[in-house]
Amino acid sequence: MADERYDDIPGTTVFDAKQSRLGYHLNQFCMSLMKAENRKRFLANERAYLDEWPMTEAQKQAVMARDYNAMLAEGGNIYFLAKIFATDGKSFQYAAALMTGMSQEEYAAMMIRGGRSPEGARYKAEWEAARAAVDQGAVPKPESDNG
Amino acid sequence: MAKITAGVASSHVPAIGAAWDLKKTQDAYWKPVFDGFEFTKRWEAEQKPDVVFLVYNDHATAFSLDFIPTFAIGVAERFQPADEGWGARPVPVVEGAPDLAWHITQSVIQSDFDLTIVNKMDVDHGLTVPLTLMFGQPEAWPCKVIPFAVNVVQYPPPSGARCYALGKAIRKAVESFPEDLNVQIWGTGGMSHQIQGPRSGLINRDFDTAFLDGLTKDPEGLTRIGHVEYMREAGSEGIEMVMWLIMRGALDDAAKEVYRFYHVPASNTAVGHIILENPK
Repeated sequence: MADERYDDIPGTTVFDAKQSRLGYHLNQFCMSLMKAENRKRFLANERAYLDEWPMTEAQKQAVMARDYNAMLAEGGNIYFLAKIFATDGKSFQYAAALMTGMSQEEYAAMMIRGGRSPEGARYKAEWEAARAAVDQGAVPKPESDNG
Repeated sequence: MAKITAGVASSHVPAIGAAWDLKKTQDAYWKPVFDGFEFTKRWEAEQKPDVVFLVYNDHATAFSLDFIPTFAIGVAERFQPADEGWGARPVPVVEGAPDLAWHITQSVIQSDFDLTIVNKMDVDHGLTVPLTLMFGQPEAWPCKVIPFAVNVVQYPPPSGARCYALGKAIRKAVESFPEDLNVQIWGTGGMSHQIQGPRSGLINRDFDTAFLDGLTKDPEGLTRIGHVEYMREAGSEGIEMVMWLIMRGALDDAAKEVYRFYHVPASNTAVGHIILENPK
């Protein structure tokens, strides 16, 4: 079971040992935002606040751009990254929509229709094939929901 | 003697707590969610548990990446609702059950489950949202609570089989406690959901339904679901369902389903809820 593959699950970053080591300082920076005085200091000057942490430049840029997919790639864990969008006064659904590339309205509507179907979303190969078809104009949209 | 009389499982979506706290329970979006717990509120008022052993996960609140316990038991007199970044939820302080918690700690560790013992820990929505769903908004929670935090944030979490076996050790521990106590065990988290990356929003009703069915029909079968299957089928955060198996392991093989509720969506998540009673 230990060597089961999870890198072929599409659109998903598993927070494993590699990601955890890569993202340690990014995630600990996020934890600092649990304190109101730190949230205030961060929002007043994001660059200066981030420079207090031994994070990579790519991590800092991803935070300042609020590019959550990039933060995940750089070792962020979503429960830690949640402290950033909470600081911005945003919800989990806002952040989730952002990571899918959908508008929050489109995303919320998909959830009300029953969420994203697992059909075509289990393996990278089927997921990427569906997106390639969209790029070629063969189908209108990539999201296959349960509605 | 203390006895585990029932198991309860429920999702613990933070938005449910926010909807309650902001008095949105009658809004069209939220009403079906809260209505789904009306039976349970009446049932809990009749059952009057003395102690709830509450299995949940911390969401980067009490535990950062500095240390990551796989299984952590709260043995304190009380636990404060955490400020998760937008102020603490306006809910009662959680009163612990230190005598029973320490007894369970000793018994379970001597059954070869190496728990982390926690004397000070704030509890986040993972623990307080299920209390709100089952008990509403009392002045004080109507029972003592033993918080039991499971790591499902850092991969890998414990396996379903390990969780189920741990449940059995918890049952043995509770049943060897001399005081007459009505103890419930709750498993929280799930059901299918993914809240990270481009695949966010995944919901798998068929998987969730089979899981709910399996809790009575074939719990041992559920213990063979591996981490990758949870993530692929039920979303990366659907892996939280291993916590339900601690609850199931602590019940009798003949436990009966007395109530079930399933609803999509609460924010990004499929809300699942089940009550299992041990034979009297």
